[in-house]
Amino acid sequence: MKDAAALQKREKGEPLFHITKRAEIVWWKAWLIRLAAIAASLIVCAVISLLLGDINPFSFFGSMLNGAFGTARRCWNLFYELAILLSISLAVTPAFKMRFWNIGAEGQALIGGLATAACMYYFGGRIPTPLLFVVMIAASILAGMIWAVIPAVFKAFWNTNETLFTLMMNYVAIQLVTFMINFWVTSGSGTLPPMSAYALPTVGNAWILNILVVALLTVAVYIYLRFSKHGYELSVVGESENTALYVGINVKKVIIRTMLLSGALCGVTGLLLVGGTDHTISTSTVGGRGFTAIMVSWLGRFNPLFMVLTSFLLAFLKAGANQVSNDYKMNGSISDIITAVILFFVIGCEFFIQYRIAFRKHGKEEK
Amino acid sequence: MLKKVLSVVLALATLLTLCVAFSSCEKKGNENLKVGFIFLHDDTSTYDKNFMNGANEAKKALGLKDEQVIFKYPIEEGKACYDAAADLVDQGCNIVFADSFGHEEWMIKAAKEFKDVQFCHATGVKAHTEKLDNYHNAFASIYEGRYLAGIAAGMKLNEMIAAGKFKAEEAVIGYVGAFPYAEVVSGYTSFFLGARSVCPTATMMVDFTNSWYSVDAERDVAETLISKGAKLISQHADSMGAPSVCEKNGVPNVFYNGDTMATCPNTYLIASRINWAPYFEYMINCVKDGKKIDIDWTGTIATGSVVVEVLNDKVAAQGTKEALEKATADLKAGKLHVFDTKTFTVDGKEVTSYLADVDDFGDFKGETEAIKDGYFHESEYRSAPYFDLRIDGITDLSKK
Repeated sequence: MKDAAALQKREKGEPLFHITKRAEIVWWKAWLIRLAAIAASLIVCAVISLLLGDINPFSFFGSMLNGAFGTARRCWNLFYELAILLSISLAVTPAFKMRFWNIGAEGQALIGGLATAACMYYFGGRIPTPLLFVVMIAASILAGMIWAVIPAVFKAFWNTNETLFTLMMNYVAIQLVTFMINFWVTSGSGTLPPMSAYALPTVGNAWILNILVVALLTVAVYIYLRFSKHGYELSVVGESENTALYVGINVKKVIIRTMLLSGALCGVTGLLLVGGTDHTISTSTVGGRGFTAIMVSWLGRFNPLFMVLTSFLLAFLKAGANQVSNDYKMNGSISDIITAVILFFVIGCEFFIQYRIAFRKHGKEEK
Repeated sequence: MLKKVLSVVLALATLLTLCVAFSSCEKKGNENLKVGFIFLHDDTSTYDKNFMNGANEAKKALGLKDEQVIFKYPIEEGKACYDAAADLVDQGCNIVFADSFGHEEWMIKAAKEFKDVQFCHATGVKAHTEKLDNYHNAFASIYEGRYLAGIAAGMKLNEMIAAGKFKAEEAVIGYVGAFPYAEVVSGYTSFFLGARSVCPTATMMVDFTNSWYSVDAERDVAETLISKGAKLISQHADSMGAPSVCEKNGVPNVFYNGDTMATCPNTYLIASRINWAPYFEYMINCVKDGKKIDIDWTGTIATGSVVVEVLNDKVAAQGTKEALEKATADLKAGKLHVFDTKTFTVDGKEVTSYLADVDDFGDFKGETEAIKDGYFHESEYRSAPYFDLRIDGITDLSKK
């Protein structure tokens, strides 16, 4: 019976292959596809580096590993970078799950950092240090929340486009930082000297505090999304607003509440960046992580635990690719190319996890 | 459950990579000299490329091997600089050099932590007040180079006036500055004084991009300056933004930190540049011979640190080469002082006394008398420029 059907199909001119959506995929198959994609991307990178810079593929990978793990300090920096990236990714995830395209994490984190810097600048040395820390924490979270809630209110009440709105808020935040630096630093050198005397305390070494805070946040956000009523509500709003309305969820309230959370978490990232590591602020303090976070969150399927892995991948690529460009005295473009190739494969492979490619059968029986 | 197993496997794999990486990094060369360089951008920035060229030149001159010179870029002006410096120390560097103003605080932090390593920093201002044994500033009297470039620019203006392209009083120079900071003020003022020494009717408009490197901002400022009547453009910012606008509009351009002869053959006139190779050779030799590096080192025309790039004969006015040779000789002999107080006024008056902010304690108050013997002593009390007088004839567009 099947043979007959297949024969009929072929006679009608069945295409060489066609794409069908997979109902589900066994977990190990999905990971096999991902690993194969990473392996393929590494081969392409090796070929590119061989062609562009005449670099032996083995020393190329050695250089990447060395850049990420070469010394204890590099390992710490890698995990620090992972933590910071992860914390912004955690911030955007609840909003994404709600299908609210918050691409303003860069600005929300930056404004949180600016609030921290302002507290250090104005209150440092004038109020007791423990109180200063409380003020810094409160100010950074509040600033992040304000930056996030403005587009949320407009979305909730007037249905404005949140993508554009949050994006524009980034530029406002960047300009505000430029303005404040020029306001504080009258010499016009454009850099605010670090205020290390008022920095957050270090635990063990310079990295551990930030890593610990983000580890706690990861668990908290995981629990919030997975087990809390809020987490359920926001995913219902994301799936279908009408369903949410039907079951009696106050959509406006959920949008605003979720964005307040998103902004608060971004504010915490700003606090960690300024209060914890940089002790100063510049327009590049967040350094594009607010945008990279979007990818981390999507690649991690909005699951905070998977996002640890995707943040690791991106932090590794950044450190490794930079080392390659430094080791072979090539300019920054090579590290961008390497990162892009690997991400292309990693993102692309999700297609093969979602869909199956069925080739035309040559008289073989379908299983 | 399977997911848990998988995550454990992944964690173990990560750990294994770590171990491999650690063990592979144990072996170190026997060379006792290793120099680490920290650059703000990669070589697409003319500013950083100039440092890289200097480093390579010094490496060649001193016969250092590839593995003895480590470059790190792009390193932002923040904690990234400290991380990079510490990483270079981990790799066994005896000298760590950083090239950007905003690196200074982080270099000092690293210097305090790694006392056996020498930290040298270009354009910084704090070495002479920090008084650390292993932290040093360096700069060059680039105002001399800019003055010379200014002479070439002034002669070009004269040529254009003579050719009837515009009237003498319309000889306006446009200047694209990065920040309204002493380093930039000193630069554009010396350039202007050079131009006015040959073209007395010259005036200048300055505007700032508030960034050391921004192709877009520099292009925009250059376009605005040209639309406001600038007949010649120069810059103190690090991208090709302004020269490309000049080439498009046929406006002569005086560059900085390298020549643009290849990309702007019809408008490139001349450029001044700091050659860092003499300093790099000096600092490396000091460490090699166990000598102390100067707390504050100022390179000059005489040390070969200040150079004027190739003159574009296609654009330059006749006699420029000879005029430059004469001025160079006068500068070297100390007969000519760029900031001669008889050549400029502030608010219509000659300046006879000025307290410059040489010691940078964050107060932005001057404390060092800089005018003696009829001229402003630039780069003498510390290497980084501190001339920040706003002289007559130069309009700051950002103040309007």
